[in-house]
Amino acid sequence: MPHRTFFAFILPSLFVMLLFIALPILSVAYQSLFIEHDQALIEVETCDPFSCQKELRVDAAAMAALREEAPMGKFNGLGTYTNSSHLAFDEVSQIWANSPSILAFLSSLTNLPFYNAMAFTLAYTFIVTPLVIITGFFIALGVNAVPTLIKGPVIFFSLLPMIVTPLIGSLVLFWMIDSKGILGATLQWVFSDPQLTLKASPTLTWTVLMVYGVWHSAPFSFIVYYAGLQGVPKDTLESAMIDGATRWERVRYVVIPHLIPLTTFIALMQLMDNFRVLEPIVGFSAEANASSLSYLIYNDLRIAETPLFGSAAATSMLTIIGVVILLTPVLIRTWRDFNRKTH
Amino acid sequence: MTNRAERQPLPLMVLCMGFVLIWVITAAFPFLWTFWGSFKVEADFFSYSNWMNAITGPRTLQQTGATWTGNGYEGAWIEQKFWVAVINTAIVTVSVVVISLTIGTLGGYALARSGFRYTFWILIAALVFRAMPHVTLVSGYLLPFFQLNIWGYLPTSILVLVAINQPFTLWMLHSFFLSIPKDLDESAMVDGCTRFQAFRLVIIPVMWPGVVTTALFSFLLAYNDFTVTSMLLTQENQTMVPKIASFLGTVQAENKVMYAVAAVVSAMGPLFVLVLFFQRQIVSGLTAGAVKG
Repeated sequence: MPHRTFFAFILPSLFVMLLFIALPILSVAYQSLFIEHDQALIEVETCDPFSCQKELRVDAAAMAALREEAPMGKFNGLGTYTNSSHLAFDEVSQIWANSPSILAFLSSLTNLPFYNAMAFTLAYTFIVTPLVIITGFFIALGVNAVPTLIKGPVIFFSLLPMIVTPLIGSLVLFWMIDSKGILGATLQWVFSDPQLTLKASPTLTWTVLMVYGVWHSAPFSFIVYYAGLQGVPKDTLESAMIDGATRWERVRYVVIPHLIPLTTFIALMQLMDNFRVLEPIVGFSAEANASSLSYLIYNDLRIAETPLFGSAAATSMLTIIGVVILLTPVLIRTWRDFNRKTH
Repeated sequence: MTNRAERQPLPLMVLCMGFVLIWVITAAFPFLWTFWGSFKVEADFFSYSNWMNAITGPRTLQQTGATWTGNGYEGAWIEQKFWVAVINTAIVTVSVVVISLTIGTLGGYALARSGFRYTFWILIAALVFRAMPHVTLVSGYLLPFFQLNIWGYLPTSILVLVAINQPFTLWMLHSFFLSIPKDLDESAMVDGCTRFQAFRLVIIPVMWPGVVTTALFSFLLAYNDFTVTSMLLTQENQTMVPKIASFLGTVQAENKVMYAVAAVVSAMGPLFVLVLFFQRQIVSGLTAGAVKG
């Protein structure tokens, strides 16, 4: 296909991606160098019959003029990245100086909002992903062994947790684990502790969020593995059996090697999706005990009275850097594959 | 029929059945519970004393005179104007699917039929874009959109969703197009078709399964999106998911949490129908990327 035809075909697609993905990244990078204007304050004297008091108020007109003049805000360089709600260099070095051991250092580090969010995001990503892979694998083995008749309904019900909007899925679970909901009330009854709620401590909240994550994504790895199991070479299985391999050895040496490429695929997709965890935190109203990098950005833009564009942009840039680090091994591998194919 | 290597001893069979049963209950029970409970009053659905109340509904009988009530639905759809959000969702999802498939099929076809080095770079860029959390991009839209005065309108969100959807659409359609032999469109061109005619008259008719599958996933992306629609739309233009998120706070304060439950069940409906009718396409779409390893 000549270059001209190629570009004629791909142009609309390329155009929207440049306009709405590539340019916004540049915009984010630029915004992260700015910070909100200082409040323009004026002194107002308020008098009552007994005395006069001087009071500082926000000067709305001056603020509007300032915003008109410099809509991006005040230039701050890399200051936003290093301030206390992001990388917090000063606080980190102080904690480093004051903590007796590495563990104490790490535990006080997670009191800082950015590091706390990063800890949750990484924990969520690297705990949920393997659990999803393992759970899905066992469901696939189980379903593969049951009679064909019930496979259809099983796949139908399995797809539901995954297809449903993450926010709705988390709300459905949230209402059940509420202390008045069926699961929450049952747990209180089982542990005979009427104070028990799953939102009480960070550990419990983290556990609930991760259980949600596994529930939501296990169907994906199940479906992929189940499709893979249909392609396991039957002759190899049979000859392994004639050679005296036990049931477990057949799984270990024939089935699992066949499924390894699928595992890489699932892991890649899950790493990408789990790293952006946001909706469950909103759905479970878990922000007090758990926040993720995405949630920090959402919070800066949405919850605050005036959106903190600079702060959100700095967190966004740091998140994008995180994604690129996460993807680097995959990108290197793809690059090698590509070179091997073309040369 | 089944060969010896696949035969199971009875205990293992029972173990498998049990495990599958537990999984199916885990997957399906929350939805059935919420669906059933949406027809009850709050005192029954969130019953501290006895969970059986949510099933039999004694308080519902007391308060409304029947064990089933549509109050939640009435409140959500009429009082809270959920129907507006439903219409907006319909507009957004249909437009996103149509636009992203129109430009996606063209792009995916070009990527599959061209062996140049830059196709590789476009695919890699698409992979990186796919991995980016959407919320990081959203913060880049807000300021420019405010200044251009295009923030808060449905068309803006539709375009953004199309763009966010493009990397995935390109990858998926590109791999579907690769599975169609090159000879097909080349022979059409020998017969006098232009490249575009060959694409439209010869390739698209055999591509329908791939297009339908990709359409399903575009639909799901647009329908399920929370980050883009919750931040780029005004209160009046909201689609279902941000609407539910936004009225969670308001109805919870007024003790009308059943409105939210009813809205959630309403939003689940179309997804159930989708799975019911397109199960095969969804499964093939999920595994499409995987089979090549």
